[in-house]
Amino acid sequence: MNELDLLGGSGGNGRNGAGGSSGGGGKRRQGKGGAVQLSSAEQAGWLEDIYRRYMTRQRTVNTAVLSVQLLILALFLGLWEAAGRLRWIDPLLFSYPSKIGALLVSSSVDGTLWPHIGVTVAETAAGFLLGTIVGTALAALLWWFPFLARVCDPYLVVFNSLPKVALGPIFIVALGQGFMSILAVTLTMTVIVTTIGIYNRFRDMEPGLVKVVRLLGGSRWQLFRLVILPGSFPVIISTLKVNVGLAWVGVIVGEFLVAKEGLGYLIIYGFQVFNFTLVLSTLVVIAAAATLMYQGVALMEKRLVSGGRDS
Amino acid sequence: MAVTEETMLELRSVSHVYVGKQGASLAVEDMNLTVARGEFISLVGPSGCGKTTVLSLLAGLFPPASGTVIMAGRRVQKPSSKVGYMLQQDCLLPWRTILNNAALGLEISGMPRPEAHAAAERLLEEVGLSGTGGRYPAELSGGMRQRVALARTLAPDPEVLLLDEPFSALDMHIKMQLEDLVQSTLRKLGKTAVLVTHDLAEAAAMSDRVLVLGRNPGHIRTELRIPEELRRLAPTEARKHPTFQDVFDSLWEEMGAGEKEGGSLDE
Repeated sequence: MNELDLLGGSGGNGRNGAGGSSGGGGKRRQGKGGAVQLSSAEQAGWLEDIYRRYMTRQRTVNTAVLSVQLLILALFLGLWEAAGRLRWIDPLLFSYPSKIGALLVSSSVDGTLWPHIGVTVAETAAGFLLGTIVGTALAALLWWFPFLARVCDPYLVVFNSLPKVALGPIFIVALGQGFMSILAVTLTMTVIVTTIGIYNRFRDMEPGLVKVVRLLGGSRWQLFRLVILPGSFPVIISTLKVNVGLAWVGVIVGEFLVAKEGLGYLIIYGFQVFNFTLVLSTLVVIAAAATLMYQGVALMEKRLVSGGRDS
Repeated sequence: MAVTEETMLELRSVSHVYVGKQGASLAVEDMNLTVARGEFISLVGPSGCGKTTVLSLLAGLFPPASGTVIMAGRRVQKPSSKVGYMLQQDCLLPWRTILNNAALGLEISGMPRPEAHAAAERLLEEVGLSGTGGRYPAELSGGMRQRVALARTLAPDPEVLLLDEPFSALDMHIKMQLEDLVQSTLRKLGKTAVLVTHDLAEAAAMSDRVLVLGRNPGHIRTELRIPEELRRLAPTEARKHPTFQDVFDSLWEEMGAGEKEGGSLDE
């Protein structure tokens, strides 16, 4: 390991020296020329060799990590299965993997699962997209009117620390038992956090960039369009990712309260008929759907925030 | 010299006060200054002498507490495209390409995109960066980025350039290259320039006239005209000229005297 690190270090130096960009580069090359006497072909081979060893080591570590991860999963599922079948735990309460798997297969084959997934995914997507958009719009408003921002500050703090789920009953009465109430619960969870986070980013934009646009005679709108908004883009996208998580909480809780369909409804239904296999299988579906959605947003982030931007 | 005696910039008994929660403090007191069209002047002085404040006032970033700032016969009230300002940091927008960064000022002034891009392309060529237009700031070295900043500043064709220590963050070698580039470009285009710097050699090598500022509060202590034979030369050449050391020494003495004066005021 020590030897590998040493080699890796000198490999890096060699590359710098070849670039010849730093003052130290020349010196290093000289030292190496005196001591090692490599032809350029040999040197290329030597570098290639170091690189290959480095990559091999990386691959070994990656494989080891993946194997341990899979092992943990297999152990957990195996132990759970055994515990359930051998009655170490109450299978009525905790079920076990093969039972959950069988239910998932049958409900997806007979098609009873899909509408629930569809409804919940749609509500969640609407929740995090709308939450991010509305939150960003509010943040822009606060940025545009600093007076408004100062006036709103304490209200935002109070509203942010309030457990918004507690507003659920009010929404149910006001908006009815259904989609609108669920969306409202979800939005209260996402909008305020988004507003606060993105407003702070707007306000703390690098002063130099703001100054440049001001010095070029830019208006407030140009400042927003050219610097504030594009400069906050990475933060907006990462807020979107956080909102995916919050929206799932909001939607599931909303469905607990009002829904006649959806994954939250399935959990409540399973609980009421004491079918914990249904509850746990729904949890598995939620975990899968939430992960997929998060990965989708992360992929979008990679696409959008690409190019040469480094900061 | 291309210096005609037409006044381009003027400060008339300008004072400026910074107000904060701690109270109000006088940053610049009763300053008078005229800069002729095509002239290159430098402001040097210890920190806290109001160099950057003077530059901000000239740019119209904020109005003076009292007195008047005049550019080309008009009162300066807000930033305009007639005044270019170069900062210590290049402040390029990291998400814009080099070309789009160079064209920023033109875009702000409402020029259609194709024309703005063509003009920016020409300026990038002028500062020795042709072919980098499609790259991003993060891919460029500090010196190259400052060149882009220069192109961005020159693009709206300002009559006056305010340079706020634009070379101080660069390596010596790059810094001297850029000094030559800036001076020759400004001379070619006949621009008026005000340079703020803490580097006395830079001030002596680049300017027609150097103003030494004192602090507590900021005021002009003395003014030094750079001899004709140095002015004619590019900064790197001027640094090698026999009279350069004398000019540098007298600046150094003035600065030293100013420091002492400031010191005794502090005590």
